[in-house]
Amino acid sequence: MVAFEHVTKRYGGPDAAPAVDDLSLTIPAGEVCVLVGPSGCGKTTSMKMVNRLIEPSAGRITIGGEDVMSLPAVELRRRIGYVIQQVGLFPHLTIGDNVAVVPRLLRWQASRIRERVDELLEVVGLEPAEYRSRYPTELSGGERQRVGVARALAADPPVMLMDEPFGAVDPIRRDRLQNEFLRLQEQVRKTIIFVTHDVDEAIKMGDRIAILERGGTLAQYDTPAAILANPASEFVERFVGADRGLKRLSLARVRDLELIEAVPVRAGEDRVEVRRRLDRVEELTYALLVDDRDRPLGWIDRHDLAGEGPIDPSAATPGAPTVERETTLRDALSALLGSSVQLGVVVDERDRVLGLVSVDAIGERLRAPVRSADGRLHEVGGPLEAAL
Amino acid sequence: MNEDEPFIRFDWIVSNAEEIGQRLGEHVLMVVASVVIGFVISFGLAMVARRYPQTYGSILGVAGTIYAIPSLALFVLLIPLTGLSVTTGIVALVLYTLLILFRNIVTALEGVPPDVIEAANGMGYGAGQRFWRVELPIAMPIIVAGLRIATVTTIGLVTITTFIGLGGLGYLIINSGTRRFFPTSIYVGVLLCVLLAVLADLALLWLQRRLTPWAQAREP
Repeated sequence: MVAFEHVTKRYGGPDAAPAVDDLSLTIPAGEVCVLVGPSGCGKTTSMKMVNRLIEPSAGRITIGGEDVMSLPAVELRRRIGYVIQQVGLFPHLTIGDNVAVVPRLLRWQASRIRERVDELLEVVGLEPAEYRSRYPTELSGGERQRVGVARALAADPPVMLMDEPFGAVDPIRRDRLQNEFLRLQEQVRKTIIFVTHDVDEAIKMGDRIAILERGGTLAQYDTPAAILANPASEFVERFVGADRGLKRLSLARVRDLELIEAVPVRAGEDRVEVRRRLDRVEELTYALLVDDRDRPLGWIDRHDLAGEGPIDPSAATPGAPTVERETTLRDALSALLGSSVQLGVVVDERDRVLGLVSVDAIGERLRAPVRSADGRLHEVGGPLEAAL
Repeated sequence: MNEDEPFIRFDWIVSNAEEIGQRLGEHVLMVVASVVIGFVISFGLAMVARRYPQTYGSILGVAGTIYAIPSLALFVLLIPLTGLSVTTGIVALVLYTLLILFRNIVTALEGVPPDVIEAANGMGYGAGQRFWRVELPIAMPIIVAGLRIATVTTIGLVTITTFIGLGGLGYLIINSGTRRFFPTSIYVGVLLCVLLAVLADLALLWLQRRLTPWAQAREP
């Protein structure tokens, strides 16, 4: 656990405007806390006070209850992983030696260091035999950043500081590195302070987000969902963007919704029987034509089910959009809006029908109250909306 | 010069091999002594400039002024202090190396990327560890480049010290060669001088490659 207690930093005398102003927040062990805000909001300064690259003017910071000022700075830093945007690999050391830096400073045994280096290179997806003896200049930007992460993890520090770690790579690689990192964090469960200026990255990476305002004051500290649902001020509302509803949709997945029961029918089934089944599901006016393996083929309108006799598969409207349980609601909504029926078919990994989602169900989910980090439920809305 | 005199008198080279060798040894010793002492002093001055950045301009100014003094004039200035001795020669040669070595060491250390320094601090290097294990190794290629220039320059300059009774290979060029109109001696002196400069340069280049294998590594 990392805690800021009334931390203030002023550059210059006591009359200077603070870069960080009376910051108090607690980061639970094993969570990612993203510090985000416009330039000059003190996010990097706040982060650097944790490993004392910058020392606070007032207040204190504790790690696991221990004041960071109680240790010599170099010893403190060896216990905290540090990743920066430009990576800062040592060009004169091989990849293996770069990863081994902190274990060597801590005087680990050579055999233990070798094992640890290989283990970590594998963890970040770089084949040890291939990369161990190469130099940083021989690696691509993305590979270097992975080495940077491996180096920070080397001595297994409980706390990691990451200063815009994926800021210098192109958007496609950034997305991949972010996903890789989230998977890695699932395994290692470090307490991470992550600095970025990109609110989308903050929403994606953070268990909690601390939004800082110019002048170094904390505007809001909560889970991404709670901040998007309930911005605490106009500043936060503007900062997270007008599309915060859509952003919230990218935080929830289809599996979080209650699915609507589908009415699957196969070619040749009796119309009367199908009509009866369709009537049982209130909100549904379409039956779903499926093949003999329960894979969706298209919609059949209630009107086309009139009369008697077997169902005619050529009457089906083809192109039912399919989504999976892991699809984000944002992607699901996008797929639904593009189709004529505005219903999505939820399928399993073999494309078999599990149920349906509707645009209404997604909208309802957006209007439901959201629980904030302190456990209270809040109605959805922001100050700007309230003003209208 | 006698018309019948051959272009190069090989018999003279053979019969004077011992003296030639001795002059060559003298030359090498003076170069090594001057460059080593010059490097130690420059390194110390670079440390001062690093610690107190406001001194950098003055140190560079003084070193530059010394570099601009003609060598004979510098000897004249030094003779009252140290006489016609090896010391005078070495002091003069050392002074000439300062500008090149000092400036290269400072530039090399300043060229260490700030993100590398930031990462080193963040990972818990002490100031001394950071200097010796991170900054100095990264600065090495430019420092050795300075050493190469200083060494080659000094190899040439040593010949001038013949005017105060030293001179190494310069003795062959100026005393027995030019003053006695004996071309063979000039050729031998000049050739050995050039050879020495080329060999020293290659040796330092090899040393640099050995010390900094990473500097040869290139992007895939």
